[in-house]
Amino acid sequence: MSETVIHAENLTKRFGDFVAANALTLEVYKGEIFGFLGANGAGKTTAMRMFCGLSIPTSGKATIAGYDVYRQTDLIKKNIGYMSQKFSLYEDLTVLENIRFFGGIYELSNAQLKSKSDELITQLGLQHEAKKLVSGLPLGWKQKLSFSVALLHQPKIVFLDEPTGGVDPVTRRQFWDLIYDAADKGVTIFVTTHYMDEAEYCNRISIMVDGKIEALDSPGNLKKHFQVDSMHEVFYQLARGAKRGE
Amino acid sequence: MASHPALVVNDLTKVYGKDKAVAVNKVSFTVDRGELFGLMGPDGAGKTSIFRMLTTLLLPDGGSASVDGHDIIRDYRQIRNTAGYMPGKFSLYTDLTVEENLNFFATVFNTTVEENYHLIKDIYIQLERFKDRRAGKLSGGMKQKLALCCALIHKPTVLFLDEPTTGVDPVSRKEFWEMLKRLKDQNITILVSTPYMDEATLCDRIALIQQGSLLSIDTPENIVKSYPDILYAIRASKISSLLKVLSTNEEVASAYAFGEYVHVTFKHEGPHEKDILAFLHEQGLEDIEIKPTEPTIEDCFIKLLKK
Repeated sequence: MSETVIHAENLTKRFGDFVAANALTLEVYKGEIFGFLGANGAGKTTAMRMFCGLSIPTSGKATIAGYDVYRQTDLIKKNIGYMSQKFSLYEDLTVLENIRFFGGIYELSNAQLKSKSDELITQLGLQHEAKKLVSGLPLGWKQKLSFSVALLHQPKIVFLDEPTGGVDPVTRRQFWDLIYDAADKGVTIFVTTHYMDEAEYCNRISIMVDGKIEALDSPGNLKKHFQVDSMHEVFYQLARGAKRGE
Repeated sequence: MASHPALVVNDLTKVYGKDKAVAVNKVSFTVDRGELFGLMGPDGAGKTSIFRMLTTLLLPDGGSASVDGHDIIRDYRQIRNTAGYMPGKFSLYTDLTVEENLNFFATVFNTTVEENYHLIKDIYIQLERFKDRRAGKLSGGMKQKLALCCALIHKPTVLFLDEPTTGVDPVSRKEFWEMLKRLKDQNITILVSTPYMDEATLCDRIALIQQGSLLSIDTPENIVKSYPDILYAIRASKISSLLKVLSTNEEVASAYAFGEYVHVTFKHEGPHEKDILAFLHEQGLEDIEIKPTEPTIEDCFIKLLKK
């Protein structure tokens, strides 16, 4: 069995009487692409924030890359990468400046910064754009760049919060090529998406409904279990029962 | 006299900044009364610029357009009275309550909530228990429903919805489209934009847009019918290796992931099943399935983007 990089047991977060995340239990393995699905308001963001060391749970246990979510949040942050759809990069810095800025934050040396940024720019084919402001790049390029930036410090896990929302179908697939490459190199990918075809690209997925994980398995097994042909139908069967209107 | 179309757009063009970046490039289309017309394209394709020109919030740099027979430059006052607009970005008053926002928009248009309540009833019922909550404190889905109510409260003849479902989960998206269908039945013309290709089939007609230019305008059925190639769906135990292996095959014209399958077109006419099966086995892949498949709007869009 492969090494466990996310381990959560009955992880719970309450806000007053409201149970945003209710006894979440899951394990995610090294190099796995794990899809974290759920309707708006199901509690995905709350769960992600606990996994990233940004929010202290109310009860339950979890370790991320081996570090405790209550006591070792700084170590968690150093060992994970994070990319959200909303905040990607500094629009008024150039491509190169963004890479150097985030590399610097993660304490890369000057020599590492130099080699890493050359490597990244070549890999993404951004040689001509390296000294241009990020604001001028098409959204798809920004998202690919910000994914690569999230991997700069060689994290064990990278959390992707709806990385492909609004991106065209061709660029969306190029983005998934980057995800596969990273996973092949042993990085664990923890990704949320509203595109059900992307759920099929994950090794395993979980579906949250009203704060709880209602299903967790490979896409193939989930379809078999629910006796349907697509992940869309699996999602629909589970999420339409949601009582919590966001 | 035959009634004129609800929207007539003719060579509409928008250019931004000193670099003269062309955001909308000679776009032309018409939308009939009571039609549900979808503008499908990714972020940055020019969808929002088109919406802002048609709702008279932005002046075009070329071409012309009319909404319900009113010219977007000359007759902007009439358009502002008769069009409903839900921008992509939440634009209601966050420090007014749900009820106050709705009353405000009704009053601005010289009407009352009671007068047009039948139009918003289905949607407003879901919001009613939050009517004293400030709009800024609503969840994403509720904000979206309130914005739609506010765009409808003056009984518009044409409704402009700019990416109403972006970032919304599949179940809520489905509910939203059911609401749109009911509005269409009330003879309201709807222009809606979306980056989700699966929503295309819910429109009467769609236009595919990329980098400011329309690639195709037709009914979803006809766009799918005009797909020129025979498309195959191939599955194997590991999708990432399957993609890599297929890209090395000389007969393969295109191969891309599509849910649990890879969609593949070939350079020459088939049949290809036997050869590909042998090739994939030779490359060490297992559990292979190959079958011809019907293209979707997303396949058509990918084909057009790669041209």
